[in-house]
Amino acid sequence: MRYGVLAFLLAVPLTAADSCVECHSVLEGKLQAPAKAFANDIHARFGFSCADCHGGNRNETDPEAAMSKARGFVGKIPRTAVPERCAHCHSNASLMEKYKPRQRVDQMAQYRTSVHGKRLASGDVKVATCIDCHSVHDIREVKDPLSPVHPLRLPETCARCHADAAHMAGYKIPTDQFASYRKSVHWQALAKRGDLSAPSCASCHGNHGAQPPELESVAAVCGTCHVMMEDLYKKSPHQPVFAAMGAGGCVVCHSNHEIRPPNVGMLAGPNAVCSQCHDATSAGGIAAADMAQQITTLDKALERSDQILANAQQSGMEVSEALLRQREGRENLVKAAVAVHAFRTAAVQKPVKEGLAIAAETYQAGVSALKERRTRRQGLSVSLIAIAITMLGLWLAIRTIEGRNTQTSQLRGR
Amino acid sequence: MYEEKFRAKFHWIQSFGTRLAEPSTIMDGPRRNLLRWLLGGGLSASLISFLYPAFKFMNPPDIPEASVNEVSAGKVQDLKPNTGKIVKFGSLPVMLVRTTETEWRAFSAVCTHLNCTVQYKESSHQIWCACHNGLYNLNGQVVSGPPPHPLEPYSVHIRGDEVVISRRA
Amino acid sequence: MASATEPPQQSGWLEERLGLASIRAFLAHKTVPVHAHTVWYYFGGITLFLFVIQVLTGTLLLLYYRPSPAEAYESVQFIMTRVQFGWLVRSIHSWSANLMILSAFIHMFSVVFLRAFRRPRELTWLSGIGLLGLALAFGFSGYLLPWNTISYFATKVGTDMAAAVPVIGHSLARFLRGGNDVGGATLTRFFGFHVAVLPGITTLLLLAHLALVQKHGMSSPQWAVDQYSRKGQPVPQMLFFPNFFLRELMAWYAALGVLGSLAAIFPWELGVKADPFAPAPAGIRPEWYFLAPFYTLKLIPSHVWVFEGELVGLLGFGLLALWWVALPFWAVNRQGVERTRWVTGAGVALVAYLATFSALGYWR
Repeated sequence: MRYGVLAFLLAVPLTAADSCVECHSVLEGKLQAPAKAFANDIHARFGFSCADCHGGNRNETDPEAAMSKARGFVGKIPRTAVPERCAHCHSNASLMEKYKPRQRVDQMAQYRTSVHGKRLASGDVKVATCIDCHSVHDIREVKDPLSPVHPLRLPETCARCHADAAHMAGYKIPTDQFASYRKSVHWQALAKRGDLSAPSCASCHGNHGAQPPELESVAAVCGTCHVMMEDLYKKSPHQPVFAAMGAGGCVVCHSNHEIRPPNVGMLAGPNAVCSQCHDATSAGGIAAADMAQQITTLDKALERSDQILANAQQSGMEVSEALLRQREGRENLVKAAVAVHAFRTAAVQKPVKEGLAIAAETYQAGVSALKERRTRRQGLSVSLIAIAITMLGLWLAIRTIEGRNTQTSQLRGR
Repeated sequence: MYEEKFRAKFHWIQSFGTRLAEPSTIMDGPRRNLLRWLLGGGLSASLISFLYPAFKFMNPPDIPEASVNEVSAGKVQDLKPNTGKIVKFGSLPVMLVRTTETEWRAFSAVCTHLNCTVQYKESSHQIWCACHNGLYNLNGQVVSGPPPHPLEPYSVHIRGDEVVISRRA
Repeated sequence: MASATEPPQQSGWLEERLGLASIRAFLAHKTVPVHAHTVWYYFGGITLFLFVIQVLTGTLLLLYYRPSPAEAYESVQFIMTRVQFGWLVRSIHSWSANLMILSAFIHMFSVVFLRAFRRPRELTWLSGIGLLGLALAFGFSGYLLPWNTISYFATKVGTDMAAAVPVIGHSLARFLRGGNDVGGATLTRFFGFHVAVLPGITTLLLLAHLALVQKHGMSSPQWAVDQYSRKGQPVPQMLFFPNFFLRELMAWYAALGVLGSLAAIFPWELGVKADPFAPAPAGIRPEWYFLAPFYTLKLIPSHVWVFEGELVGLLGFGLLALWWVALPFWAVNRQGVERTRWVTGAGVALVAYLATFSALGYWR
């Protein structure tokens, strides 16, 4: 039944005229652009016309009749009225069911709770409305790579305003978020590896209900993916302390937008995060130094094994099993880094100990491989000696047969 | 057996060496012996150093074939229903799950997101990746989280009381 | 050659059944010319010796190798890691293949520069060129068998070249690949070529080549003949048995030493298992003996006048090959006078071209 309606509606553009598009396509400049763009719009594909948003009559070719106020023609829709105009259909559950049954219908409700929505309601037209993010007249599906809200393009879309210092003058928020985000590990995953699951602006701030997460909920937001870290952090001594301080959980150490790949330098060293609060002699300082040292030890042990195995492999020895074990060893390094979020040395000790055992094992495998290489070369020397003796014997035989004067005795006869 | 071959070969080579040297008129006693020993000894030693590896090669090794397509994953009794374990298959880990008394499933244990090793979650009957909270169901399909592809399935057969995992054709 | 130390009844028994006396007599009279360039006369024997090594090591490898995409790589890995001395046999096989082809080229060029192709040895030359072609075919087919990334893509590139041949190209590529793409069918087919078809043809051609060499004896270059005839002497000769043969044995032993050392110190790598769906790695190139034509084709622009560059390249190679094969026939003019300068020039030019372009292909 649903498909029948869909088919009928899809058939409509083929049969029904859209006088708006027909007339405006032959105009020029700003009057022509929307008509041309509309060919790519998903609403056009579903049989909608300009008149469905702007009012008027699509079947009339006479401009007066087509754009008559009596038929509800509004012309250019004022920015403050845009969300309601979209919501007219997009919040209508029974209507949306006819076209895209699984699509949400609460965007308007969410928008009203957002910073953008609240400001628009108080008359600020500089904030984002539906058309600023989704574009207008050539609105594409989110999954279309050309849509401004496709996961790979979303950060640039937000940055259009949020990174524009001139536009953001007067609001009390920074404009360096996009620049910072571009240095982050999440941006690397998104832009360089094309990992669509990597978080961008909307993943943490929400899309329609966009607002910064509350300080207490930062860990929960990060914890949507980083489950283990959130779990440990919640049970760690840092959580109540940070909550009491009004500090934003994960953000304190990892920053919010410029989240860099974590490393042991965050625990100890000149750029350490811990030392910003913890004195070196304090319990926290000592714990940080200890954890850093343990992780470094494991890292070095694994690297030592890596080197000897690489050496063995270079010489043609077979070490694939040991290399697989190394993989497990590196997993322990990851586990140790995760365990840091418990902020107790004992928690880090366990994976480090296991990892060191594995590293010792793989190092031994490397040693045996090099020993085997030595054996092979010894065997080679033995056979080369045998070959050399034989060659010497052959040479002597030649000399003996031919006598000292090789010139004459080589020749015919002896 | 090698010794006998060695002796026979040595004798022949010795006589060969001598035959080579014989017609010469300038051969003297000690030199002839030296030649015989050098040539004979050298030839036999070198031939042994070629033949020894060849015969060793032909002797089948302890593990008679590369376990490429099939791996034994232990005994049936070793894994209880609703548990999973990691098994090495070639150079990569495989997750073996015993769902019920009689049903076994196996999947590649390499998460399709960023290659962490997955684990079995008994409480939810799902396969979980601790790195970024990826979840797969017992068909290997992605339920939630970042993984872009399902886990590659493997076949499991029970031979007697042994569990055998093999690649799907 | 008296056989005083052999028990008399042994040789009599064999002699009665095999009639070896005539062969022995023939071999006793076989000689090799002695002059400044006698050293080049060893290379035919070295090539033959290395071929025998290939057959022996290849037969050993056959005991464990499996020619299917699912198992080929793993079986080679098995040979390298689990089979005793498997690493040795496999590495010797791979190194000896390369040394054999090198030796074959040296042998061919020494024949050119020493003019051993002259009448009546034209058929020897032709059979020799055939053997060189077979050696290259052995190399090409064998290269795919380990089924690693390099093998797979080198075969893809190589068979793509075949497809570029005019008229028959498409069918030729299909014949080589066992289908439209390089895959399991190609592997099976190449294996069949490598262990059955090519050895069969090579045996026949090799027997013909050796028989012809025995029939015509070893040639001496004209300048050696002239040099000695001025003194009123024939070109000095040394007996093949035992003089030359003992020396040849030394060369063979040296080759064995080299092979063993290469295998132990520079073992042949296993590589990474081929993944047909992965993109070709950057800088893919064939083995060194195909580098010169490969690099030449890379240099040719995609279109020369109205023709496709690849086509021009292949036709060029084809013509060059034909001209080279016909060497004995154009090396003498109608009056039977040798075109010495042309032949030397052609030889030098070809060596220079092959050496330069192989080096360029390797380093670029």
